[in-house]
Amino acid sequence: MSHMNDADPNQPITVTIDGISVTVPAGTSILEAAKKVGISIPILCHHPDLSVRANCRICIVEAKGQRKFKTACSTEVWQGAEITTNSKTIREARKTVLELILAEHPRECLECIRNGSCELQKLAQDFGIKEVAFTPSRHVGELPIDDIHLAIVRNPNKCVKCGRCVEVCQEVQTVRAINTAHRSHRYEISTAFEKNLEETLCVSCGQCVAVCPVGALYEQDETAKVWAALDNPDLHVVVQTAPAVRVALGEEFGMEPGSIFTGKMVAALRRLGFDKVFDTDFSADVTIMEEGHELLERIQTEGTLPLITSCCPGWIKFAEEMYPELLPHLSTCKSPQQMFGALVKTYYAQKTGISPEKIFVVSIMPCTAKKYECARTEMNDSGYQDVDVVLTTRELAKMLKQANVSVRDLPEETFDDPMGTSTGAAVIFGTSGGVMEAALRTVYEVVTQKPLGNLDFTVVRGLTGIKEAEVELNGQTIKVAIANGLGNARSLLEKIKEGQVDYQFVEIMACPGGCIGGGGQPFGTTMAKKHERMKAMYQVDKKLPIRQSHKNPSVVTLYKEFLEQPLSHKSHELLHTGYASRNIDKEVKQ
Amino acid sequence: MVMTRQLISSNWGNIQPESVEEYAMAGGFAGLKKALSMQPDEIIAEIKTAKLLGRGGAAYPAGAKWEQLRAIPHSPKYIVCNGDEGEPGTFKDKMLLSQDPLRVIEGMTIAAYVFGSQDGYIYIRGEYLGIQKVFQQAIDNAVKEGYLGSRILGTDLTFNIHITSGAGAYICGENSALLNSIEGKPGYPRIKPPHLAEVGLFSMPTLVNNVETFSAVPTIVMEGGEKYLSYGTPDSGGTKLICLSGLSRRNGVYEIPFGVTLRDIIYGSEIGGGIARGKKLKFFHIGGQSGPCGTPDQLDTPYCYKALKSAGLSAGSGAIVVLDESVCIIDYLKGVTEFFIHESCGKCTPCREGNQKVHDILCKLSNGMAVEQDIALLKRLSSMMTNASFCGLGQSATVALDTCLKHFAEEFDAHLQQKCPAGVCFEEQERVAI
Amino acid sequence: MKKQLTRDKVLKIIQANGCSKERLLSILLEIQQASGHNSVDEEWAQLVAEQVQMPITQLYNVLTFYAMFSTKQRGKFVIEICKSTPCHVTKSDEIVKMFGDELGIGISETTPDNLFTLMHTGCVGACDIGPVAKIGEQVYGNLTRKKVADIVASYREVEQHGYDTAANLL
Repeated sequence: MSHMNDADPNQPITVTIDGISVTVPAGTSILEAAKKVGISIPILCHHPDLSVRANCRICIVEAKGQRKFKTACSTEVWQGAEITTNSKTIREARKTVLELILAEHPRECLECIRNGSCELQKLAQDFGIKEVAFTPSRHVGELPIDDIHLAIVRNPNKCVKCGRCVEVCQEVQTVRAINTAHRSHRYEISTAFEKNLEETLCVSCGQCVAVCPVGALYEQDETAKVWAALDNPDLHVVVQTAPAVRVALGEEFGMEPGSIFTGKMVAALRRLGFDKVFDTDFSADVTIMEEGHELLERIQTEGTLPLITSCCPGWIKFAEEMYPELLPHLSTCKSPQQMFGALVKTYYAQKTGISPEKIFVVSIMPCTAKKYECARTEMNDSGYQDVDVVLTTRELAKMLKQANVSVRDLPEETFDDPMGTSTGAAVIFGTSGGVMEAALRTVYEVVTQKPLGNLDFTVVRGLTGIKEAEVELNGQTIKVAIANGLGNARSLLEKIKEGQVDYQFVEIMACPGGCIGGGGQPFGTTMAKKHERMKAMYQVDKKLPIRQSHKNPSVVTLYKEFLEQPLSHKSHELLHTGYASRNIDKEVKQ
Repeated sequence: MVMTRQLISSNWGNIQPESVEEYAMAGGFAGLKKALSMQPDEIIAEIKTAKLLGRGGAAYPAGAKWEQLRAIPHSPKYIVCNGDEGEPGTFKDKMLLSQDPLRVIEGMTIAAYVFGSQDGYIYIRGEYLGIQKVFQQAIDNAVKEGYLGSRILGTDLTFNIHITSGAGAYICGENSALLNSIEGKPGYPRIKPPHLAEVGLFSMPTLVNNVETFSAVPTIVMEGGEKYLSYGTPDSGGTKLICLSGLSRRNGVYEIPFGVTLRDIIYGSEIGGGIARGKKLKFFHIGGQSGPCGTPDQLDTPYCYKALKSAGLSAGSGAIVVLDESVCIIDYLKGVTEFFIHESCGKCTPCREGNQKVHDILCKLSNGMAVEQDIALLKRLSSMMTNASFCGLGQSATVALDTCLKHFAEEFDAHLQQKCPAGVCFEEQERVAI
Repeated sequence: MKKQLTRDKVLKIIQANGCSKERLLSILLEIQQASGHNSVDEEWAQLVAEQVQMPITQLYNVLTFYAMFSTKQRGKFVIEICKSTPCHVTKSDEIVKMFGDELGIGISETTPDNLFTLMHTGCVGACDIGPVAKIGEQVYGNLTRKKVADIVASYREVEQHGYDTAANLL
């Protein structure tokens, strides 16, 4: 309807949907307009944070004067439109579309990882499907499952071809490890030349998993390994939890997004049987100590600038594959997760006299790439695999449900020492701009030797994809940039490569919004939910008594007793690492 | 009235196709010369008067399309010729491209003049690789003689035509899929709006017309829109290349003036000459695979867009497949559905899954395994595909089925009783009965 | 099978066609034609992707979307029998059987000497002379058992004598 584009963008439009009148700005989709009057048109391929594809044809509606149905997600309202979302004709047509999808789908919901959280299951329930009139035309369930990747499993039998994962990998993350292929009944989503994901440029960011509506993409389930460790009386099992987990775990138990769940999370982990419940935030403070001094050293010795953060393994792999020439910019600091593992099996082992080979380190992360990170061959500076298993937020929730833990009814508990105390600077690591702000809070005082009056660097906060800021530091202007989402990172890196910008410090997080939007977070994550989780992080930060990493008493003790000072020989041995070019697939950098 | 008229097929077999000299001697490029002396809006007015409807199948009024593009303020504007002729039963563009390529070039160049375009693309299907070479030769010769390239015929007009190849995808005949294909992508159709006039090739305003449509443009400019219209009927100006195939006595391409009847076409001595091997006409499939099937009592329908539409038929690409009593309706429809299964791009549920389910039921009918509910299921599937598919392929995949359900309901019923009037299905059972 | 393509040859094909995304299909078709086994090997797909600056997953999407391409090796001569309805009603099924009888293979199969592959194809625009078979750029219509036998014999001769084309033999 070309006249829709002639509409004055400033003129509001009045339409009727199911007989109800509603006025909306020009450019509003039928889907959005309907929401305003309490009509929830069903969707499948649509995702609020992705561009419209309109290929599932579930959200079809009737429009007066139009012979064919319109898809509500892709059609903008026009003045005087009369839309019907709920006639017999439309209900029947939608049901037929859904039945066609169900006919080709393995309907083994009781054994599926998405039982209870599957969007297709919900549609079948809402539509009141009692039988599927069609028999499958393809052999359902016979395609091989790709499960040798460290972090992500692909089950193409369950794919409903919504295309969300392709959109996220190709356009948002620009990794481009998966795409559509073939056509007609052979149309599928796969890797090039049907390779295993393991052999592709996949960086394990898990954004594909995060947007998949069904059980076609999910993380490697390692809960069995953790149960085995917990059930093993010979092992001392220690757990660390990432900052972004505590503001999202509650959603798995019916809490609103952004509920602060820290105390109950700690109590729940104790109920599972962990010998010690520690906090990754502790080692995030250590990361700031090391990285802050690394930044100062580079600035003072005119080393490679900008310094780029290195706590995100999805980003690290992306850099190794796509921008190996920029590897010298990366901080040599390991991520907090990996620093933690190395310290537990040395510092903590020595302090307690427990043999490191009896210590089993579990890490709860909002992230799928951390599963890949802990298995990187160089991550064994303690003499053992520093971190043994990584579980996602979702896997932890599963374990808690298996263990009959009524998480919401638990009392608030606190982390164990000596690796459980942390600061506000550490907790904000989980959101875009958090690492940058944490570093600035420490670097400022190290350089100026003066107390920092205002600890809130609001200029670096927020979920915007690329942020730039300038900070005054002892008379010097420090230019910083922050990117979240690998597509945004790529834009920034191109500028850095071409020498078009002169930042000193850059923070990159692979997931849009940062770790709060990680591939391991509760399903159904949207920008709106990320906003709530982000707000919660800064609330926690504000309330904590100590908000700067270098003031963390446990960290002070760690350096006094063990590491001596930041960037010491011991620090370099345990807490720093190197990177390698993985540009071996002859993939093209865009 | 005349049964055939050679407005755009006059050069076939009479000139060396790539020769600018021979083309010019036969009256070629006179249209371009005249156009260059006219105002762009005058040219568009002639095309509107001519009632030139898109000759690829969609029959969108060319004049309106050109007018809409003219109103778009952005540039550059691209001229794209759709030479993806993939509709079974259609082989007319093949003739134009191989026998009279310079006419197509002339039509595109006139469009370039109207829109101030510097670059044009002609998308020729990959199955016509040999023809692509001929066309390239024609382009090179035209450039050499000053009818293409820089400063055409000494004017400010600079226009170059680039050939891009298809590689076996009928869906690339859909204009937005075609543009995606030129851009080096698979041919998945685009969401519309925005329309191609605004966001087309490389996101710029674009004109996409069929080979035959461009071929008519020089004639319209030379003779004027009114004269062109007068060759046809009041709603359909000029002539149409129709393609007879199947079981007609004389398969081939014929240029007919709008207004001749289907009877004239199928039985006329200058055209089809009746049914091969002395058989009787059972039905015909008109317009392409996505067109309707017609019956013998519709033969007196005049071949023009309005009359055909009123009769529940359609001109489409110009294809007319002639079918006699030896053809089983169910078996035929299976072939139609297999075509759509093969050519579906796969991205939308109704087309990707619906065509398969239609085929499954047709197979059940021809295997004697179908039941009454299967007919209702066919209708349910067809209705949903027609109204909910993403693009025209899925939307029209069941047109033939719908018309056969209407006109040949008894043949579906017969198959439910495991009987095949044409003797194609249940052969084994027939023999056993004997 | 002797490897006919080299990195240099493929680069030349890319250059000759023009190294751009608009020329992608022409480039891939020519590489396929020159391969000697009517397919595009992964090695050359990667090279093309690199040259036109396209991620390999996007190039693979193109290779698998368009029906004229194959990523699996096929015979030197691919015999494509049109199965669209105008050819179907002129008994294209029987033509498949005839080729099958001559070559001893069925649809999607290749002769043991890797000379012939038999395939179905969609409409090739020769509906007026159905039933039709297409081999390379040659289209053969109004087929009969004798014509089928002659066609197969002529391609065997082409292979034996190293001719460029069978066009002169029929």
